[in-house]
Amino acid sequence: MANSILDLNHINKVYNLGEPSEVAVLHDINLSITKGEFVAIIGPSGSGKSTLLNIIGLLDRPTSGQLRINGTDTKGLEDAELTRLRGHTIGFVFQYHYLISAFTALENVMMPLLVDHGFPTDKAEQRAVELIERVGLTKVGHNRSNNMSGGQQQRVAIARALAMNPDILLADEPTGNLDTESTKSIFSLMREVNRTNGTSILLITHNMDLAQQCDRIIKVVDGRIVVEQ
Amino acid sequence: MKRWLPFEWIAATRFLLDGKLQTLFIMVGISIGVGVIVFMSAMLTGLQANFIKRVLTSSAHIQILPPDQLARPQRNGLGETEDAIVQRPSQRLVSIDQWQKIRNQLETMPEIATVAPTASGSALAMRGDASRAITLTGVEPETYFNVVRIPDYIVDGQARLLSDDILIGIELAKDLGANLGDKLNVTTSTSGARVLTIVGLLDFGNKGANARNAYVSLRTAQSLLGMIGGVATLDLSVKDIYAADNIADHIQSSNDVIADSWIRTNAQFFTAIHAQNLTNMLIRLFVGLSVAFGIAAVLVVSVIQRSRDIGILRAMGTSRGQIMRLFLIQGGLLGFFGSLVGSAIGGFALIYWHATARQADGSELFPLIVDYQLFVWTAVLATFTGLLAAMAPALRAAKLDPVVAIRG
Repeated sequence: MANSILDLNHINKVYNLGEPSEVAVLHDINLSITKGEFVAIIGPSGSGKSTLLNIIGLLDRPTSGQLRINGTDTKGLEDAELTRLRGHTIGFVFQYHYLISAFTALENVMMPLLVDHGFPTDKAEQRAVELIERVGLTKVGHNRSNNMSGGQQQRVAIARALAMNPDILLADEPTGNLDTESTKSIFSLMREVNRTNGTSILLITHNMDLAQQCDRIIKVVDGRIVVEQ
Repeated sequence: MKRWLPFEWIAATRFLLDGKLQTLFIMVGISIGVGVIVFMSAMLTGLQANFIKRVLTSSAHIQILPPDQLARPQRNGLGETEDAIVQRPSQRLVSIDQWQKIRNQLETMPEIATVAPTASGSALAMRGDASRAITLTGVEPETYFNVVRIPDYIVDGQARLLSDDILIGIELAKDLGANLGDKLNVTTSTSGARVLTIVGLLDFGNKGANARNAYVSLRTAQSLLGMIGGVATLDLSVKDIYAADNIADHIQSSNDVIADSWIRTNAQFFTAIHAQNLTNMLIRLFVGLSVAFGIAAVLVVSVIQRSRDIGILRAMGTSRGQIMRLFLIQGGLLGFFGSLVGSAIGGFALIYWHATARQADGSELFPLIVDYQLFVWTAVLATFTGLLAAMAPALRAAKLDPVVAIRG
């Protein structure tokens, strides 16, 4: 597809290949995500959703198959190149927010820019301030993560994921631990990001209400895509 | 965040400051280790320097003596001896043969600083009813005082040696009930007696020496000991004290004399220094090792504690190299700051010990030698040890699979 940002062709993932404990987690996954698409991935626990997300996020490598991000074939890329590609094109939001507790919210948001540039810059700090404002946390920007509520932490995590202005945002059950109110606000924040920035979002969720509000739902069962709607 | 600090340094300092208690404990551990090393090294250097100074200012670097007198049994023919047992002859007080010539020759050698001829032997010092056996040493003040710093030992009077002057130890003065300016009758077994005036009292810091040693001018001693024009020893000081042994060998091989260097006469002292240095090195090594393992242990725990942070950092594009540097820097920082605190602890302990520990005579036990190089080297070595200790944890952190790390 011409404007696809993500192409998965015949992706397989087998853990402990060749050993007695060999487990096949993903079977022949074919998937294409277009630019600006908001996709929900649903499925029972242990169905391979997270593995799929890790492979798309270049945190894990497929056993076989082809993964193209923005037209770049990721097969054969060195670890350093994968790290660089990941840093520049993909943002992550995890279920347990995982802010680095040694830093304030603002510094956490600044972190990807700091890692990329090597030094803190005024521009990076300005961007972090803007993002914190955008997620509505200006007041607690200088707090450490242990002084924030779960919802606030998750907002910071989203702001951090957006720091490098990535093409793809991968969210692994970001609302899994939040109350209904926070869930709603986090989802609408992601929706807003998706609309204004044109960021493609892949959201793993068990919440069918949220899934219904996405552009497309992909259901994964036993490592296979069973339904696409 | 400081604008000029690279990411790895910012993260390393934050991680260290975040785990306050852990950082504090390991810092205390490193500081104590470094403190012990600094204290021990400085104290040993001081003690050794002090000992060498004492040895070298109270005796000659090289002493030249006449050769031993040997019995020459008469023989009937080649390989035949008339008597089965040859008794060792008694050693008379004899002069070094042609000592002026030897002195002139030695004075031309560039490695020799001073040549001081002395005439010494035993005598009896009498005052009223009291008499004491003394070791009488006749010297030329202008040369001998450069070899043995007699003026440094003067506690009363002055280091002057005219023909009727005598310098004696404080113990001898006490035994004879004599004081500065009093006259002493000094007699020898060979040629009569002289009445000498006490012009100076000496304290060598050794009771035996204080009770026995007496110094007169060379000519006075020569006439008292019956060796007019002769000298018993030539006392030398050399420019490089550690070359004394070689110089002594050289002199002995080219003259019919015995040359003893301070290194040979103090062989036991050198054995002690050697053993001391070896012990010091071993202690330093093991303290250093335990510090290194302490740092490594803390960082290994830190890698485990921070595995999620590492995973997140990796997910946001941090390279393995950056993660590795992050932990190496932590090790280096612990070593460096630990060495600063440790040096301060060692320094204070040294000053305290120096102020309180005294020798039996009340003088300092060791001179306070605070060499800034010791602190620089300690800091460099401790930082290096920290880096080395951080190697394994840093590698482990860099190799962490981000998926596993995030999952915890």
